[in-house]
Amino acid sequence: MVRSPAWKRYNWRVIWLSLLYGAFLLPAVYGFKHQLVPHSVAWLVAILPALPIIGVFVAIGRYLVEEQDEYVRMLMVRQTLWASGFALSVTTVWGFLENFGLVGHVEAYYISVLWFFGLAIGAIVNKLTVGAAAWGC
Amino acid sequence: MENRLRVLRAERNWSQQDLAERLEVSRQSVNAIETGKYDPSLPLAFRIAELFDRPIEDIFVSPSRRSSKAI
Repeated sequence: MVRSPAWKRYNWRVIWLSLLYGAFLLPAVYGFKHQLVPHSVAWLVAILPALPIIGVFVAIGRYLVEEQDEYVRMLMVRQTLWASGFALSVTTVWGFLENFGLVGHVEAYYISVLWFFGLAIGAIVNKLTVGAAAWGC
Repeated sequence: MENRLRVLRAERNWSQQDLAERLEVSRQSVNAIETGKYDPSLPLAFRIAELFDRPIEDIFVSPSRRSSKAI
């Protein structure tokens, strides 16, 4: 695994964003479940857990900008392309299946989960094709 | 892209890590370039050429020339 200064900064950002995600999500789930969230701030409380996830996308973008090693940067770009292709493909298929009543509804935010899973797929593909991965393998 | 990086490195008794540190890239980058799995950008190719004090074409084999030789 490659551990450049940019990669370490990326890791720290993701750690902080993960903590922030937990800090936003848990009170939101508890608050909505027990009807403690006033209507006036319901949208804000509901959106807050999404912000750290968006932050991870930004962190990946910052990593691609800050990474000085062009080969490692290329590996990460390949991983993000795999992630995007995987997430968009799965959600497109699921959308049609759902539309025709063959599967149940799935919340839209699962596309992010699929995208992060796609990053791992990209890392495996990198490992198999060029023998290295930016991270994840 | 075919290249003589491994030979030039061996002549100086440098490990891949030694070369990577001199080029300020990862060891994985050096390995990928040596094995032809990754073609370096022009700036990195120039850095490599300057480090070995040779023209780029002494280190990297032009794909078009290589294919014309094959013909």
